[in-house]
Formats: sequence, C-alpha cells, structure tokens
Amino acid sequence: MPPEKLVHMANQIGKFFASQPRGDAPAAIADHLRKFWDPRMRRAIVAHLEQGGAGLDPPVRAAVQRLASESGHQTV
Amino acid sequence: MSEDTQMSLIDEIDYGTPPSQAAEMVTLTIDGRAVTVPAGTSIMRAAMEAGTAIPKLCATDMLDAFGSCRLCLVEIEGRAGTPASCTTPVAPDMAVATASERLDRLRRGVMELYVSDHPVTSLDPCTLDPCTQGDVELLDVAAEVGLTEVRYGLDGARHRSTGLDVSNPYFMYDPEKCIVCSRCVRACSDVQGTFALTISGRGFDSVMAAGSDQPFLESECVSCGACVQACPTGSLIEKAVVETGRPDRTVLTTCAYCGVGCSFKAEMKGDDVVRMVPYKDGKANHGHSCVKGRFAWGYTTHRERILHPMIRDSIDAPWREVSWDEAIGFAASEIGRIQARYGRDSVGAITSSRCTNEETFLVQKLVRAGFGNNNVDTCARVCHSPTGYGLSQTFGTSAGTQDFDSVEQTDVMIVIGANPTDAHPVFASRMKQRLRQGAKLIVIDPRRIDLVRSPHVEAECHLPLRPGTNVAVVTALAHVIVAERLVDEDFVRMRCDWDEYQDWADFVLRPEHGPEAVEALSGVPADLIRKAARLYATGGNGAIYYGLGVTEHSQGTTAVMALANLAMATGNIGRPGVGVNPLRGQNNVQGSCDMGSFPHELSGYRHIAGGDVRRLFESDWGVTLNPEPGLRIPNMFDAALDGSFKALYVQGEDILQSDPDTRHVAAGLGAMECVIVQDLFLNETASYAHVFLPGSTFLEKDGTFTNAERRIQLVRKALAPRNGYADWEVTLLLAKALGMTMHYDHPSQIMDEIARLTPTFAGVSYARLEALGSIQWPCNANAPEGTPVMHVDGFVRGKGRFIATEYVASDEKTGPRFPLLLTTGRILSQYNVGAQTRRTDNVVWHHEDVLEIHPHDAEMRGIADGAWVRLASRAGETTLRAQVTDRVAPGVVYTTFHHPDTQANVVTTDNSDWATNCPEYKCTAVQVSPSNGRSPWQQDYEAFSDRSRRIAPVEAAE
Ligand code: SF4
Ligand code: SF4
Ligand code: FES
Repeated sequence: MPPEKLVHMANQIGKFFASQPRGDAPAAIADHLRKFWDPRMRRAIVAHLEQGGAGLDPPVRAAVQRLASESGHQTV
Repeated sequence: MSEDTQMSLIDEIDYGTPPSQAAEMVTLTIDGRAVTVPAGTSIMRAAMEAGTAIPKLCATDMLDAFGSCRLCLVEIEGRAGTPASCTTPVAPDMAVATASERLDRLRRGVMELYVSDHPVTSLDPCTLDPCTQGDVELLDVAAEVGLTEVRYGLDGARHRSTGLDVSNPYFMYDPEKCIVCSRCVRACSDVQGTFALTISGRGFDSVMAAGSDQPFLESECVSCGACVQACPTGSLIEKAVVETGRPDRTVLTTCAYCGVGCSFKAEMKGDDVVRMVPYKDGKANHGHSCVKGRFAWGYTTHRERILHPMIRDSIDAPWREVSWDEAIGFAASEIGRIQARYGRDSVGAITSSRCTNEETFLVQKLVRAGFGNNNVDTCARVCHSPTGYGLSQTFGTSAGTQDFDSVEQTDVMIVIGANPTDAHPVFASRMKQRLRQGAKLIVIDPRRIDLVRSPHVEAECHLPLRPGTNVAVVTALAHVIVAERLVDEDFVRMRCDWDEYQDWADFVLRPEHGPEAVEALSGVPADLIRKAARLYATGGNGAIYYGLGVTEHSQGTTAVMALANLAMATGNIGRPGVGVNPLRGQNNVQGSCDMGSFPHELSGYRHIAGGDVRRLFESDWGVTLNPEPGLRIPNMFDAALDGSFKALYVQGEDILQSDPDTRHVAAGLGAMECVIVQDLFLNETASYAHVFLPGSTFLEKDGTFTNAERRIQLVRKALAPRNGYADWEVTLLLAKALGMTMHYDHPSQIMDEIARLTPTFAGVSYARLEALGSIQWPCNANAPEGTPVMHVDGFVRGKGRFIATEYVASDEKTGPRFPLLLTTGRILSQYNVGAQTRRTDNVVWHHEDVLEIHPHDAEMRGIADGAWVRLASRAGETTLRAQVTDRVAPGVVYTTFHHPDTQANVVTTDNSDWATNCPEYKCTAVQVSPSNGRSPWQQDYEAFSDRSRRIAPVEAAE
C-alpha cells in the first residue's frame, strides 16, 4: 500500500481523537487501527514508521509506535 | 404466506374512510347490532368494521371523505333525511340503518346516472373486456345496489371528453370513463402530495385534468400511480392491464429499489406479472408507492439480462457461455489456485445491499468460513458506514431510532443531506402530509431540494451550506442551543453521561463554533443558524432525517455524531415523533450491515476480535475464524495494486460505476487475476471479470429485506429464476465447490441460523414474519414483536455519550485550478447506477446525467443551458450537458451518477471518511469549461466496454 495514503488516513483518524477533550489520543488511535485496519495495512504503516515515519502527526506516530511494540509478540 | 393467499388475488378490505386515532370509544347500533369504535370514526367505517359494506364510490380509506357521490346514504333514527355515511361521524347511542327500500331506490337512481354517463356496453362485470373496461369497481357497485337496467340507455350523451391520454409510459387516461368522483385528485394531493390533478370545467362539463389541461407526461405528475390505484372506473388504468388482462393471483413481496421498503402485491396472470400494487397493510408504505416500485420492473425480463454462466481467461477475450458446473468449477479452482500462490488473505468478496439478508449472510459466511479470512465488505461501505460507527459510539446501536409512522407526531423536522422526494419518495409523501398539517421544516443542503418549496409545503429555514461544512454547521446549532440554555437538562442528566456532556458543552461553546465564525466557513448566515437551532430545540418533537449528504464526506462519521449530540442535548430521543434517522439508499443497506458484511464484525455488529462471539460462530459453523479485521472495499483496490489481493467475488454490485475515482477502481480490478461477478446484466464491473454468474431478480426468490426503519419484510418468489438459480443458491454452489459443507433447502433455514447467532434477531423467523407481516429488530425475548422506537428507557449502550465534533476542512479545497465544488445525488425516476431503471421506460424522465450550475458561474464561463461542458477534478474528467439553474448556490455544481457514459465517478476522488473509509462523493473540487465533445476517457472507455462485452457465439454441439 502506498505509504502516503496510509499516512493520510492515519492522520485523519488522529485528528479526530486528538480533538477529544479527554482520553489518551495515541491509545485511541492505536485501538482504531487495530479494530479497522487489516493486518497488512498495519504492517505497512509500522514499516513506514521504521523507515522514519515521514508525515505522521505526533499522536499518530505514538500510536503506530504502540502497534510496532506489540508486533514483537504477535503478528500485527 | 399460506398456499391459499399465495394463489388467490388479494383484495384488501376498503373501510371507506381512514381510521380515527381517537382514544375515546363510542358505541352505536348499526342495523340493530351494537358496534364500538373510536370517536371520530365515520358511520361507513364503523359499519365495515362490523362487516357491513355500505355502497360507495367517492370514498376509499386511503383518503379523507369527500361526500360527493351520494351513494353511501343511510338512515339515522331521529334525524331527517339520508345523510352520507362517509362524512357523518358516529355518535353515542346513534341507531343507523344501512338498508331500506328508500335507500335502495335512492342508490339505484344515483348509480343509474353514473352508469348512463359511462361508456359501458353491458352491466355484467364478468363479460367485460379489459381493453375497454379495465377496472370495474363502478360496475361492481352497480351490481351491489341491484341496478339491472338503465332507463336512459347505455349510449346516452357523454360528458366532455378531452381525448385519450397515453403520454405516460405506464398508464393511460380515458376521460370518457371519468365520473368526477375526485378520488384521483385527492390521491395526488393527500397521499402523494404532488397536486398535479384538478377537476376542470363545471357541472356536466367537468372532467379530471392533469396540470393545466396537459398530457400527464408534461404535467407535474411524478407517475407514482396513486391516482390509478384510486380510480374506481378504469378511467385511469395501467397499460399492462389493458395489454395482458386482469390478474388472477397475488404474491405479496417487498420492493427491491430504495430503503423505504414498500410492501407490494405482485399481481400475476399465469407466469406474467401484470402489475405491482402497493399493499395497504404494508407498514412502511400503507398502500402508497413511487414510480420505480410500481412501474419500473420491466428490467426483470429485459433482453439484455444474462441467463447463462460465462467464463474467459483474460478480460481481453470474448465471453464463453458454459454450464453452471463449469463456471462454478472454474471459479472455485481459481480461488484455490490464488490462495495457494498468494496466501489465504489474497481473496475476498463484496456482498450486495440489493440482495436479501439471507444471501448477504451466506456471502460473508463463505468468506469467513470458506476463504478463511475476513475480506468481506458491502456497498454500504460507500454510503452508510459512518452511520454505523457514529450511532454506535453515541447511542450504542448502528441504526435509525424510529419507525416511519413516527413522523406523524413530529413537530419540527431537520432534513440534512437528503433529498427524500427523489430518493425516498414514499416517505417524502408522509413528511409532506405532516408538513401540511403544520409541522415545521429545516433543510440543510447545498441545493434547494424540492422539499424547500413545493405545493403547500415550505421550509421554515433552508441552510444552503457549502459542501463539506456539515460538521461546522451542526456544531454551530449545538453552540446556539447550549449558549441560549435551550438544552433539556433533565433528559441529559437522567439519560446521558453528565461529565461527557459538560466537556461537550464547553467544546461547542468555543467561539470558533459560534454562528458568526461558522458563517465564514459555510456561507450560511449566522441568523439563519440561530433561527434553525431555536426552532429545533423549542418547537416540540424534533426529528432528524439524514442521507448520504451527511455520510459521504471525509468527516461523515463526525457529522453523524454531531446529529446524535443534537438530539440528546434537546431530549429528542426515545419516543415517537423524534429521533435520528438515516434514510437508507438501497433496499437492503440496513440488512447488509446487520448481517455482518463489514470486514471487522459479525452479524449484529459484534467485532470479530471478540472471543466469545467468535467462539459462538466457530462452534455453529465448525471452523476456526480469523480474529483480524479484513480489507474494506477501498483497501481492496489498494491491496490489489500492491499485489497482495488477487481475487474478488462481487454479488449484485457495480463497483466500477458506483465507487469513486473510477480510474483507481479500474486499475485495482485490472490487477486482479480472478474477478467473479454475479449480476443480472453485464455491468461495468463485468468488463473486468473472468467469471460471470447470472443473478436473479427479487421476483424470483424467497428471502427478506430490512428497510431504513429496521423493518424485516419477506420477499416472496413469484416466478422461477430465469437464470436457473436464486442468488443464494449460486453462492451455495460456489461454497460447495470450495469444499464447504453448508447446506440449506430454503432461505428460511438461513434466517434460523441468523436468529440463532444474533441476539437482536433471536425472535425472527419466517413463521413469525408471516404472522406479524413484518418485524423491526431488535426482536427477542424482551421485545417479541420487535421494536418500533429505540432507546425508550435508556440507550442501548447505557448512558448516551456526547462526543466532541471538531470541524476539519476537507482536502478538497477550491483553488485557482478547481474553483467549484461538485456534489452528487440522484433523481426520482432512476435508481443508483441505473442498471435496472435504465432498462425501463423510466428513461423518458431522465435519459442522461446533467450538470446543474448556477447562472452566475455559467455566465462567467460562457456556458449556455443545454451546452456540453467538461467537468474536471484532480482525479479525472468527463463531459456532460449543463443545466443552468439557481437550485445550486454559486460555487457549487451538482450531477447524478445514473448513466455509465457520463461516469461522474471518474471525477470523484479517493478521499474518504476518517473512521470508515466511506468515500467523499459529496465534495470534489472541480473546474467546468465549455466542451465540444466527449472526453478521451469516455471515448476509450466506450471502446473498451464494447470490446469487453463480446460474447463468443456458441459452437454447434457435436
Ligand atoms: S401518478 Fe401520482 S403524481 Fe401523477 S397524477 Fe397520479 S397521483 Fe399525481
Ligand atoms: S423505490 Fe422506494 S419508495 Fe419507491 S416503491 Fe420502492 S421502496 Fe417504495
Ligand atoms: S361514498 Fe359517501 S358520498 Fe361518495
């Protein structure tokens, strides 16, 4: 999947959760990605992060980092 | 339905006048028998409820009494004269006689005059030739009153005849047979709300006329057929009845077009459908319909229907007709080959919102249990997926909150991003009835839709917002409601999470959400925002109705949440007359979502990651399910281009024409190794297919559809499938070829499985549907007859949840290259991609897509009305004809997507909703310029599509 598109989609998700008055935005973003993105999309965005993660907004970057750390134990 | 109703002609009882809603009961005697009915009931209806039919002509229970024919006379003890029973209400202790010698004589006299003015040659209804006589309610009544001879003769002077009108493709009007009972005129005004008919002329000279004495086709008539159904003389009659003759049996079924879900009597003669008549006991439509459901079913026998399976090795090759065995075998072996080579996750399927619940359920089962992945999605992805996510987050359930009847108790309606008179016509007629009774209307839409101003209906406020600013405008409404202390605090404290409410209230009060700030973004005057907010919050029962103009945006989900917030803040949820109601596009959008068509969830909206839910299905199906969400439709195309997704089974859905950014879709499909299309016609997607499995129509199968009010209704087989199999049987063949063991003899068994596995469907079965007529889910032990209104005592999720809805501008911003915003929609006579309606006479109303453009924008570009224009966006360009109109605001252009040669979706982009990837159809930055011909894309596409539709001649058998 083209990383620019995934970055764009992830940032859209990020903007929503970051605008919520309470709660942990990175956790909510990571949860949304886990629930709605097929594993190959999650793998691709984690790979993009490992390449430097250009374009990822800060809370999204933090969320993808969580996915990356989980992928140590299970297939993301 | 019992064998018996299946076979005979169903004729609903006509009570003569509508039921009274009064709670108070009145007892009177009719012909010596005591009868108890609600106060306000007419004598005519009270008599019929007790089993006594009083002769009538101008009365029928879909219309208010009119009292013109004087046939329904009765005698009332202690009153002089013979009052008309249709216009006289019952009174306590009244004693009514419906028959006497005097009454018989009077009635015969009236009938004699009518019949003498009517071109009949015989009084015997049995000898009538349908070509000349049509429907004979008039003659039935003549027989009923004992009229045996007409002293004036049957060939006496006729009233004025204006000549036969055959201009409408589906029905004709013979003024000679008109008895001026006004039933058609009232049907058009009271039921349909179009006001196309009048009685013109006076006295003996008077006759019904359409428009201002015009042919029907040139008048305002929208061809709903209500007048034809109401006519007691055959003066208005379906051409099909004239051509085929009178039907002799009825099959009750459900319309397969829009999400209203009208109930229909398919009236049959032998193996032909003669006509479709809306069923009076249908709870979604109460005997009304639109032009599509009633008349536009000719596609079912259209010569372009594909009836034999076909395969080919490459999309450049012509199609080859093969046996079912060969086609299914080929498809199964391709799926097997591709999974072996590219992995289990390289294949998937798309379920159809036009197919039945049972068919949809089977396709997702095939994917999850057979393919072993969760790559299943449905066309609802591209329309109402944000509704699912938005409403489940706020209320806890992915569906509208009300039934349609609820609108009768609504005082203020907000219609946002929906165009009900075109897209949900039968419900629009209900809305207009309520508006004529005095309910107030707020329209939030970039276009001046018909509801804004139509005969006897005028919106209190129309907020013509710039496409893409829904969230800003709805949040500004909330700002006004909170700032002006119009919140229903009791409701919020009792029913919602108070802390979340307070956070939300602080959020909406921020100055950037105030009407002035939002005026700058949306173009809607601040005062109008204030006025609308006050009206909704203080005008009584407030109901929100919304459509794809809300969901099909990059912030579609956020906008749905914003509407839910608004309803909770004003306490407009949990009783009749209020609520948040998505108007669903296709007949079974609700059902396809309910059935677990989304890649991340099983039926009943339960996430696939949930261990308990998965185990329930695993033990029932005897397989292990994959806990990871699968690909959504747009992701499938991306994955195809990536090389990781190679095969797709598409049931009843033309993704190439209906999905945005056609070029991207085409590239995605082109990158797949096996595309299996199951459809009625060689649709646009089929141009990229390797296997074509012919589909069946709704007339050819059993099953259920679920409409926009969560109402599950039976679809009944009227004819054998012309292609040999109903769609569920085709899926089953494929499943078996893939080695799955599932087996069903009838769709009712699939529904039993759905009920077994889905708590909200626990009480649903075909037997219950037969008994109750229809069921609104949830239907279970707590609600054995279903649930018309949801969230009555509490929200499904517990406490209602307010969610902050920050406006994020769409990426589709206007600029020097693309200075206009395009929004898309549909019109009454065509349906979605038009595959069905384009193959009917409905094309007389709409034979091409046009681009609506404001006079100011047109003039700047030197574009005249009717001229060819080029419409271009960053995704692509197409050409079509311009229609210069101020229905759209300056800066906004609008078109429909019913015709493949326009390909409006070449222009739309792959932007999508943040939460669900629902595409942003409703907002694309474009440029419009004069053009002198078709775009290169259109020319190439036409050549390609002709080439890809070739079917090789069948070789002679050896
Ligand atoms: S078909 Fe419908 S819209 Fe047309 S005249 Fe009859 S009732 Fe009115
Ligand atoms: S298309 Fe919709 S409104 Fe028209 S008859 Fe069918 S279900 Fe009813
Ligand atoms: S039916 Fe009562 S007056 Fe016509």
